[in-house]
Amino acid sequence: MSDKDPDLRRNAPKLELHVPEPAFRPGDTPDFSSLTIPGAGEAPRPDTSAPAADTHSLTTALVRVLGDDDRAVGAWDPKLDPDTLRKMLRDMVTVRVFDDRMYRAQRQGKTSFYMKCTGEEAIAVAAAAALTQDDMHFPTYRQQGLLIARGYPLTEMMCQIYSNKGDKLRGRQLPIMYSDKRHGFFSISGNLGTQFPQAVGWAMASAIKGDSRIAMGWIGDGATAEGDFHAGMTFAAVYNAPVILATVNNQWAISSFSGIAGAERATFAQRAVGYGIAGLRVDGNDALAVYAAVKWAAERARSNGGPTLIEFFTYRAEGHSTSDDPSGYRPASEAKAWPLGDPIERLKSHLVALGEWGEERHASMTAECDSAVRDAQKQAEKLGILPEQGKDDIGSMFEDVYADVPWHLAEQRDQAVSEGGE
Amino acid sequence: MATFNIIQALNDAHKIAMRADEDVVVFGEDIGYFGGVFRVTEGLQREFGKTRVFDAPISEGGIVAAAVGMAAYGLKPVIEIQFADYIYPGYDQIVGEVAKIRYRTAGEWTMPMVIRTPYGGGIFGGQTHSQSPESLFTHIAGLKVVIPSTPYDAKGLLIAAIEDPDPVIFFEPKRIYNGPFDGHHDKPVKPWSKHPASEVPEGHYTVPIGKAAVVREGPDLTILTYGTMVHVALAAVEEQGLDAEVIDLRTLVPLDLETIEESVKKTGRCLVVHEAPRTSGFGAELVALVQERCFYHLEAPVERVTGWDTPYPHAYEWAYFPGPKRMKKALEKVTAD
Repeated sequence: MSDKDPDLRRNAPKLELHVPEPAFRPGDTPDFSSLTIPGAGEAPRPDTSAPAADTHSLTTALVRVLGDDDRAVGAWDPKLDPDTLRKMLRDMVTVRVFDDRMYRAQRQGKTSFYMKCTGEEAIAVAAAAALTQDDMHFPTYRQQGLLIARGYPLTEMMCQIYSNKGDKLRGRQLPIMYSDKRHGFFSISGNLGTQFPQAVGWAMASAIKGDSRIAMGWIGDGATAEGDFHAGMTFAAVYNAPVILATVNNQWAISSFSGIAGAERATFAQRAVGYGIAGLRVDGNDALAVYAAVKWAAERARSNGGPTLIEFFTYRAEGHSTSDDPSGYRPASEAKAWPLGDPIERLKSHLVALGEWGEERHASMTAECDSAVRDAQKQAEKLGILPEQGKDDIGSMFEDVYADVPWHLAEQRDQAVSEGGE
Repeated sequence: MATFNIIQALNDAHKIAMRADEDVVVFGEDIGYFGGVFRVTEGLQREFGKTRVFDAPISEGGIVAAAVGMAAYGLKPVIEIQFADYIYPGYDQIVGEVAKIRYRTAGEWTMPMVIRTPYGGGIFGGQTHSQSPESLFTHIAGLKVVIPSTPYDAKGLLIAAIEDPDPVIFFEPKRIYNGPFDGHHDKPVKPWSKHPASEVPEGHYTVPIGKAAVVREGPDLTILTYGTMVHVALAAVEEQGLDAEVIDLRTLVPLDLETIEESVKKTGRCLVVHEAPRTSGFGAELVALVQERCFYHLEAPVERVTGWDTPYPHAYEWAYFPGPKRMKKALEKVTAD
């Protein structure tokens, strides 16, 4: 301040810092009528071998398949058979039921923490359906749908949440930081963005070995601001890595709206353009569009066409986590006003419109999902809930830091065990 | 037997490990076609091809992250960070990911990788070509930290690091890449060829990780050191006519406490020497351990000769670097009755 020269600065206009603000705050009535939502079937579908530049118009468009009349339309219609659609619907319902029960379990003091993905179920579930089981996902903490769609046992997920005797991660990880190699689900880290370039490295390895498997890296809108996003995009482009890079734009990073991550100036899909990567912007609440986009990117990657960045445009319908109260920063009615609707309702209505589903079948399927989740919860709770954990095998805390336990950890283990843990 | 300097020894270690295991891949900035700014990876791309040895974008975070993904796939990445001073953009990946993945997955995923990086001063490298950030890594559970000081150890330790199931941060003292340095910067540099440790066996051998080397035996005092300072310490004790025991730690984590304890209990005096700044440096851990384990054998306070708690300066290179003069003072202090 003090080194400003008043003579030089006399006629200069005052500079202004722009700090983005969301359109609506608590107490406001959300109105998204000014948000442009292209119609279903409008976006063209380039060949999967098209140059990345041919996708640039798709980074500002919105790939949508399910129209307001619940019919699938346009070039992106993946033309899935009813069984596949019903499987996706069931998985999405399971995810939602699972989220609700685990949220309640946290509120009941059975565990310390939980994060729902309400409103975003279509993205992980349809992405799982579009890839092969042995393709590797590098997920964030909000893709539990991948595990459920790939058939990972619900009880094992819950055991991880409870950090109990059945927890394969041995009580070391915060709830929902799952890991399962067998189901192609890389270990979740609390550090945001880290897994995005890791997915690129995995894909590079697959290419180095002449394999045919591909990787999918995930990131939220907020974490695209991390340097790891840039690193991932750069490495993916440089090495033409067989990877799908997914940005789930749910509009909110805890309390910060997407404008704080840069969304006021460009879509997240548009980031692809500058790296020379194919980019797609997709209705994240439209399971068919999600499926079609991931399938497109997968075909591209598998034929050495290189990486694709997909922005899934959606809305985080609930709080960030059990530690968050969104009424402190956004209107309570915003999720309802969100124009892309609810992904489960939309897929359900589509199946109904096809004559392949009905209210009764939906109700009985939901009841089945509910009882499967309840059964899993009973099984998991037999193995313990968090408040009962952490005293049985204190020594195990010192294992797996290294392949072998070095002397200093062995000493500390003996000390911790002899002190009885408190 | 061949006569190697440290660069040639490291280069040979790469070749041997890569011939033995097709899953070893090497990448980093300028390490491919050009062979590395210090020539450590020279000829590797020619022998092993571009898919196993390749140049990387200038992105330390990206290099480490890609290595994490590759290790998750089942490869063994050996990556280079051009200078240890530039490892910080990769620190999140190293500390948050590489170090913790075995633990957080209960062994489902492991990170067998080596992160090589030239470190240390004495080369007029200024602030960002001279740092010794080893304590930022010794503090992180899940990492092994290795620092060789001779061609023989460099080759054997690097092969051991590549074969190790855990992630290893491999610091290379660049001041002694071409010849041992005793701290007398005003005298000509000796080449490695005149040093017995430049005699390196051809083919495969390892130097065990976690094992220190007693490079000079003696009853007067124990000097705990590593990297370039091993040679400075050896010269200093000779010049002072002391019969000191000099221990080259070689591995900082896991530390060879047994060798340290045995020596200090014998000599009753201990001097810790490193280039890195003093406060919270690795020397503090060494002093604490010696105090805990050897308290009743100590005849004098444990002393430290280290870099100052300042950024590494350019023009003041020899006032900063813990050279013979500062070594002399410390040795006098620790051996005084």
